[in-house]
Amino acid sequence: MTRISLEDVEHVARLARLDLSAAEKERMRKELDGILSYIDKLRAIDTSGVEPTAHAVPVTNVMRDDTECPSLPQEDMLANAPDRHGELFRVPKIIEE
Amino acid sequence: MSTLASLTAHELAARYRRGEAVPTEAVTEYLARIDALDPQVRAFLTVTREDALRRAAEADARFRSGAPRGPLDGVPIALKDVLCTRGIRSTCGSKILERFVPPYDATVVARLFAAGAILLGKLNMDEFAMGSSTEHSAFFTTHNPWDLARVPGGSSGGAAAAVAADMAALTLGTDTGGSIRQPAAFSGVLGLKPTYGRVSRYGLIAFASSLDQVGPFAKDVEDAALMLQAIAGADPMDSTSIDVPVPDYRAGLAEGIEGLRLGVPAEYFIDGMDPEVERAVRTAIATLEGLGARTEPVSLPHTEYGLAAYYVIAPAEASSNLARYDGVKYGLRAGGARDLIDMYSKTRAAGFGTEVKRRVMLGTYVLSAGYYDAYYGQAQKMRTLVRRDFERAFERVDLIVAPTTPGVAFKMGEKEDPLQMYLNDIFTIPVNLAGLPGVSIPGGFTQTGLPIGLQLIGRAFDEALLLRAAHAYQQVTTWHTRKPPLEPAPR
Repeated sequence: MTRISLEDVEHVARLARLDLSAAEKERMRKELDGILSYIDKLRAIDTSGVEPTAHAVPVTNVMRDDTECPSLPQEDMLANAPDRHGELFRVPKIIEE
Repeated sequence: MSTLASLTAHELAARYRRGEAVPTEAVTEYLARIDALDPQVRAFLTVTREDALRRAAEADARFRSGAPRGPLDGVPIALKDVLCTRGIRSTCGSKILERFVPPYDATVVARLFAAGAILLGKLNMDEFAMGSSTEHSAFFTTHNPWDLARVPGGSSGGAAAAVAADMAALTLGTDTGGSIRQPAAFSGVLGLKPTYGRVSRYGLIAFASSLDQVGPFAKDVEDAALMLQAIAGADPMDSTSIDVPVPDYRAGLAEGIEGLRLGVPAEYFIDGMDPEVERAVRTAIATLEGLGARTEPVSLPHTEYGLAAYYVIAPAEASSNLARYDGVKYGLRAGGARDLIDMYSKTRAAGFGTEVKRRVMLGTYVLSAGYYDAYYGQAQKMRTLVRRDFERAFERVDLIVAPTTPGVAFKMGEKEDPLQMYLNDIFTIPVNLAGLPGVSIPGGFTQTGLPIGLQLIGRAFDEALLLRAAHAYQQVTTWHTRKPPLEPAPR
């Protein structure tokens, strides 16, 4: 049974912000189909009444005092930027003129 | 060919303390060994030669003045390239981070530097820790020191191979679904995955945040205890690190395992596994019984569903974590984009390798509208069932003993189908899902001389007992003292 169509692959690639070539899309379709067929064995198990586990250690809302502490220097944080303008990260145009 | 580099870290430290050697000698020897052997093994992505020699000279001075910092002072180490090192390139095995130079040290790195450890370099890995062989590294594949035609395991393959080949005394890797234990098994060294929350993840480049954990590769149990001691404990920079007291891991090592209850899970001895692996593990279990441990069968009935649950949960978390690689703040940016969205898509297409793309796609799919409950919700419920399996078993036994992997190191290029590659991790993944500690130690060799891994699994935060049992085993076996047959390539 085919679970994944080429349209599915294109939709998910758009969501994931991945520009895939035609060959990659076809390969991805086949491979995801195979992996999802395997994963489908999960559906065979009755899990009604079972609580989901998001995290192995049940810790939530770890609080700390709101105190001032040093942060990394701005220049260090900009040093890896592929493109910058002074103190800013520069990106391609977002809004059409 | 070497002397200091063949020692364990604790033996080396003892020589320093007795004044029989200084750190610069050991570092010089290790660097020479890397020069001679790494062209064949290819464990290192970056060798930090000048830094290492500078730190070694400082350590020499501390020993000369009679004020060393502790048992790791002057010990040459190396790190999987998933850990951030300030001022030293940290690629995560990816083109997208090929030129990334972190502005800070991971907490584990800062702790090791504070302990006086000397960094030799950064180690190869599958891209973003996604893989079981290092074949998914964007740069090159690491070779297994026991057979250069085979993989060292992965994703921490460089970290395992470096210890196996005596190119570092100790290394750190990370384990999300077996990425420390599986390469340890394939490369014939010890690999320890601590309890989730035992070690800080701050500065560990995230793959699957609810599963990732940092841990050591070592030549013996005492060395692993030293390394864990240095890195364990809560960290205010990682709110998932847990504030549970850190015991003295070396103190209890010699207490033995008389009367210890060991569980042997039927589900970890499956049809199709390598008969030599099964035989070695059964023999190891008999050895542990000979040391006074009692064994009994236990059942972990949801084991076979662990892999399926993992391949929903880990890609889902990865698809979210890897959203940050957008070509804006750091990393690669692709040119020729029409607009911002196009720049994101082209950058990620150019910067990610095939396996990373596959997992990002899989993760995005299982989280997308209409599929969330069927896949992600169901996988999280399965995670609960896997965790309960272990809880029930640990009502009756103190430790679980099992093979680390169903087979031994495979040949490069042998597993082209992604699912076949994933099946390698069938015995290691449930431990990550449950957040438990696990260790792989050398438990034998095949007829052809390939290492076999013995896995011990413990209760949460009971690394001390894991290490004690592993130490007892290493007192009566010599597998961990064998060295791979490596010679420098002829010029």
